[in-house]
Amino acid sequence: MTPLQTYTLRLGDDCLVLGQRLSEWASRGPTLEEDVALLNLSLDLLGTARSLLGAVGDEDALAFLRDEPHWTNVLLVELDNGDFGKTMARQLLISAYQVPLWTALSASTDPLLAGVAGKAVKEATYHLDHACSWMVRLGDGTEESHVRAQAGLDAVWPYAAELFEADEVVTSLVEQGIAADPSVLLAPWQATVERVLAEATLAVPTTDWQPTGGRQGKHTEAFGYLLAEMQHLHRSHPGATW
Amino acid sequence: MVTAPISVAEVREVLSQVVDPEIPVLTIADLGILRDVALDGTAITVTITPTYSGCPAMDMIRADINAALAEHGWTDVTVKLVLSPAWTTDWMTDDGRRKLQDYGIAPPRRTPGPVAVTLGGLTCPQCGSRDTEELSRFASTACKSLWRCRACREPFDHLKDH
Repeated sequence: MTPLQTYTLRLGDDCLVLGQRLSEWASRGPTLEEDVALLNLSLDLLGTARSLLGAVGDEDALAFLRDEPHWTNVLLVELDNGDFGKTMARQLLISAYQVPLWTALSASTDPLLAGVAGKAVKEATYHLDHACSWMVRLGDGTEESHVRAQAGLDAVWPYAAELFEADEVVTSLVEQGIAADPSVLLAPWQATVERVLAEATLAVPTTDWQPTGGRQGKHTEAFGYLLAEMQHLHRSHPGATW
Repeated sequence: MVTAPISVAEVREVLSQVVDPEIPVLTIADLGILRDVALDGTAITVTITPTYSGCPAMDMIRADINAALAEHGWTDVTVKLVLSPAWTTDWMTDDGRRKLQDYGIAPPRRTPGPVAVTLGGLTCPQCGSRDTEELSRFASTACKSLWRCRACREPFDHLKDH
């Protein structure tokens, strides 16, 4: 696989796995409107993933026939949903990253990435708005919602560092104007997250623990269960349609 | 028997029968997702663009385009999907906006930039009141939000400014 294909697949895997996670909220949202909202987010991410995976190879084979070590998403997107507070905390951290990511990639010298990013940035802006407003309502809400939002945030926080890692694949593509420079994405991410957490009266977690490995196919225990659910139909009934 | 299309205008005329499956009062041209029609001998290339990345209607629209053209014996058809330049609601025709309002969906407002902005109340498509409020940014399809009229109390969809 070329560095560009590797990079494109990473971005696609992030979107697909998060989209799959969010779809688990179907019929379980706190209100009907929220059920619909989470599935809208999921659908946007799935659409972005399809464009990216389709640029690398056969989208169905990539989605349904890869085993765990071949997936290159960050760990953050595969974490289990937990309660609504944890889901929204994860969404805040990922959307606050995706908005500057897609903004930067809209100017990529790779036309496919630029095209996908130009659409995705507008959708990610909606996702970020949604996550921000919920984190403020939960954090600055009742005693119970505050405690649970903080617990959710504490649980997902260590995984955010992986978003900003750069290996030789990223570095070489940044030099060619193809990839977004992770070090440039960090400042706007921090500014957004810190502003929202302050408004939400939530504490910025302090931890030195920064789990990583997703880009190299080393995943968390939760990921195997996600893949089993996502892939079993296709694997049991290859080529099934309805 | 295969009959070759005579002109791009003739192909466009046939495509004007193809509607959005989610909003059947709008043709794909009204919605601004029909980007281009090209003719090379008997080969027709139709270029479309999605409203939102995950719009599940795209596969059906593609099938409907093929079916509409096949009715005229035109089967040498390629439906091409492009993402860039990204669709915005400014691609919608004025005719399309009027049809939406009549159908009960508040049409998008013309926006100054690509980022969604809050622009005050919408006009209720039922009673015409401006005293309306957004209930949810997300609604029955990716391209709509859910609103309510405070005057007549009716909920209504809004095709999001995007």
